[in-house]
Amino acid sequence: MTLDFPIDNPPTRYHPLTTQLPIKVATEDVSVRYGGKLALEDVTLEIPDRAVTACIGPSGCGKSTFLRCVNRMNDTIDTARVSGSIRIDSEEVNGRDVDPVVLRARVGMVFQKPNPFPKSIYENVAYGPRIHGLAETKAELDHIVETSLIKAGLWAEVADRLHHPGTSLSGGQQQRLVIARAIAVNPEVILMDEPCSALDPIATARIEELIDEMRENYSLIIVTHSMAQAARVSQMTAFFHLGKLVEYGPTEEIFTNPLDQRTQDYITGRFG
Amino acid sequence: MNSTHNAPHIVKAFSEELEQLTADVAAMGGLAESMVSDALQAAANRDGELADEVRFRDAQVDQMQRDIEKKIIRLLALRQPIAQDLRVCIAALKIVADLERVGDLAKSIARRVHTLNASDPTALNGAVERMGRVVQSHLHQVLDAYATGEASRAVAVWERDDDVDEHYNALFRDLVTAMREDGSMIEPGAHLLFIAKNLERIGDHATNVAEVVHYLVTGQELTADRPRGPRPETS
Repeated sequence: MTLDFPIDNPPTRYHPLTTQLPIKVATEDVSVRYGGKLALEDVTLEIPDRAVTACIGPSGCGKSTFLRCVNRMNDTIDTARVSGSIRIDSEEVNGRDVDPVVLRARVGMVFQKPNPFPKSIYENVAYGPRIHGLAETKAELDHIVETSLIKAGLWAEVADRLHHPGTSLSGGQQQRLVIARAIAVNPEVILMDEPCSALDPIATARIEELIDEMRENYSLIIVTHSMAQAARVSQMTAFFHLGKLVEYGPTEEIFTNPLDQRTQDYITGRFG
Repeated sequence: MNSTHNAPHIVKAFSEELEQLTADVAAMGGLAESMVSDALQAAANRDGELADEVRFRDAQVDQMQRDIEKKIIRLLALRQPIAQDLRVCIAALKIVADLERVGDLAKSIARRVHTLNASDPTALNGAVERMGRVVQSHLHQVLDAYATGEASRAVAVWERDDDVDEHYNALFRDLVTAMREDGSMIEPGAHLLFIAKNLERIGDHATNVAEVVHYLVTGQELTADRPRGPRPETS
């Protein structure tokens, strides 16, 4: 066995939880190896429902790897080996009988670059509900498309051009289209991997406002490089460094009075 | 976790600005403290010239406050400090407000030196002076605690504020008695009472600074009730 980390690496610092929200996602000793390389080591944390949890940390810290564990996106990488337990409502995500396709409807994902299908705006949103059999009639499907676009704050801008290509929209609109697509299949958890880093400040503000509204219905986990964004949109913050969860707690605590020196150094811009 | 004990920021100018801010506040603290000690000395030595000099220094303290506040606003707007860096800025903002008041109160003490010099010194002048030395030492210690980032030293002063209150209460009783017994004591007695009251307030500002230093260093508020002596009815 090789030691990938110094043995004196201190354990994760957990702040006392100030929220009474029920736990949606619970992980226990989650580790991920890519080939021989340990990318994530023994991450244990509980993510509340109806709240935004931000994952922060320098590039290569494991935060995106962690996010990709929740809907088994790491399955798509041949060399990736995931160990430990990830439960959504006490149901094991890595269970043999769990169909990753069904799981990914429950756990939607939004990426850094908006990735609409090369189809119409309507078809982008209708695709998921159709393959998951959520609508029996055209009217039902129309209804799902409309409500999803409304929830994603895009309806007013696209109602009169639903059959235009999704790629004809601006970057910020495309990102909201992708969010509408995720919402359309009634997810419980929504993962966002730097959803605003390709957007201008106004489009970013719209997405942040949307994230805040979505908090009423979903458990959101967002990976971001922007400290200010994490502070603005999240209620819980997890700080990752070198594949370890260093500190986890209410966002306000992490940003005003972090317990670990590494968290402090990172959020205040002191990391080399 | 004082700023001086941390790794520098990736943006070096940010670290330099925070260090400069702390140095500026410490310098303003030094000036305010010198006003208190010189006002006391002017009263003890019946030195009108020194008293005038103290009054002149108040404008400097005010100007320093304005300059420091400008720097803090600039830091907040351009660097968006968080965590301990934010505490450095907020602490500086609060401390300069206390120090500005300390300067005003010292000036007010200095202003009374000329009037006091018009009458003969009494035993009570000495008592006021002793109270002043206690207050000045508290101020000195909290400013040291600020400069060195020692929360425990700040807390020690915070816990001793009732020494000042006791001094003030004792002086209040003695001065009222003296004025009742001797009509010629009324005018100097009134001035000494004001000086004692000003010193008591300077002590309160030192206590405020102690609370800010504790917050700056630990991120926690000093919330427990401070031990308090009985207060005179009219204070």
